[in-house]
Amino acid sequence: MTEDVAVNEGRSEPEEGTRNSPAIKITDLSLGYRDNPEALIDISLAIPERSVTAIIGASGCGKSTLLRCLNRMNDLIDGVNYEGQILFGSENILSPRTNVTALRRQIGMVFQKPNPFPKSIFENVAYGLKLSGIKSRRIIEELVEQALRSAALWDEVKDRLDDSALKLSQGQQQRLVIARAIALEPKVLLLDEPASSLDPISTLRIEELIYELKHSLTIIIVTHNMQQAARVSDFTAFMNGGRLIEFGPTEDVFTFPKSRETEDYITGRYG
Amino acid sequence: MNQADKPRVHISAQFNAELEGVRNDLMTMGGLVESQIEHAIEAALDGDSARAENAIELDLEVNELERSIDEQCTRILVLRQPAAGDLRLVLATIKVTNDLERIGDEAVKISRQAIELSEGGALESASARVRELAVSVNSLLKDSLDSFARLQVNEAATIILRDDDIDEAYTAAKTWLTSEIQAHPETLEASLAYLGILKSLERVADHAVNIAEQVIFLTRGVDVRHLDTLVVRDLVS
Repeated sequence: MTEDVAVNEGRSEPEEGTRNSPAIKITDLSLGYRDNPEALIDISLAIPERSVTAIIGASGCGKSTLLRCLNRMNDLIDGVNYEGQILFGSENILSPRTNVTALRRQIGMVFQKPNPFPKSIFENVAYGLKLSGIKSRRIIEELVEQALRSAALWDEVKDRLDDSALKLSQGQQQRLVIARAIALEPKVLLLDEPASSLDPISTLRIEELIYELKHSLTIIIVTHNMQQAARVSDFTAFMNGGRLIEFGPTEDVFTFPKSRETEDYITGRYG
Repeated sequence: MNQADKPRVHISAQFNAELEGVRNDLMTMGGLVESQIEHAIEAALDGDSARAENAIELDLEVNELERSIDEQCTRILVLRQPAAGDLRLVLATIKVTNDLERIGDEAVKISRQAIELSEGGALESASARVRELAVSVNSLLKDSLDSFARLQVNEAATIILRDDDIDEAYTAAKTWLTSEIQAHPETLEASLAYLGILKSLERVADHAVNIAEQVIFLTRGVDVRHLDTLVVRDLVS
């Protein structure tokens, strides 16, 4: 942890099972690209496994960039360069030797706008399974059902698995995309504003789903909605200007932030 | 909140105004309760029943402010979903309002006893004992309200420590009055009135301590209720 990060050690005991060894350990991570040479500055952060970590901060603070580092999505940016290390198990995610496809199977990602394939509901979930080499129709059917159940979508779609995914509502599509991601049994799920294009009821369903999923995997969520961050996460990281300003148990960050910058942001103040 | 820095303003000017409104009302309520207690004490010591009536009348205003502040706090919680320092301010305000209202009730009780005493039976020696405790309690309350208004955490901690002395003084005065009743049974009625006043003063000090505890919660985010006074001193030093 770099010295200028306010570590909110907090006074509250995190919920049972959340004080675990890190799923991902980021050390001295800096990232720049042509248009923004200081997109991320010297970030060190250990993300506890099987819990939800929310990354909050104003637009352009680097929260999505940080999230995208974790499954190497930033490789697509022109002229990007990294410094530092992101350990996932014993593997450095940033190493040029990393098999990015295999990495993304372990660290899945869901975006703001649901992006189902223009295929049937069943095929959306089965697609990745087939790609990963599973041939047995029976096993695929089982895994699809399991993923749809885990994503709290099964009851709504079980009688129309062959319908086009595009016929589903936005909220259902987002849960389908989550089902597609968790079908591959990733260890980590990255959510980039997963509910910001959804209505309040669909948002609550996604939040409930996050709560259920954290028992089996590590979730990192980027959100503009601070109330949502407060509701769904166990830990909160606040970023500003490419730096990590504060990290700690969500309850403490939202009731007694250590840093003035965090306080100003979450209470909606400006200098 | 770093108390050395001036709080910055909200992006929402309306929210700013709402929080300021609650704070101002709380300060007004504190001022009213303070003068209620002063009136009540003076009435008890000088037999001035007009001041006792004053204290009783002020209670209506205090009760009305309690209702209004609670309503404003509820509104802020529902509509603004405050976080961090804002949340602590609203939570502390709800608690402090409750304590202030109770202090007002004690002022009314003291005033009623004062009216009774003014109708005959005041005892000079007992009055001197009450005066001693009243002076300490009055200054404790004043300092407690000041520490809240200025968010002074060290002053708040001192108040919690000072309450131990007040408890001791109260116990000593009570013991003395009890022995007076045994020695002079004819003073029973007046002595009981003085006992009631002493009890009320002791309660006022307890409420002043509650307010000081909220100052620590507000500024440091720690809940020091029901902790040993030495632990409190450690926590804020």
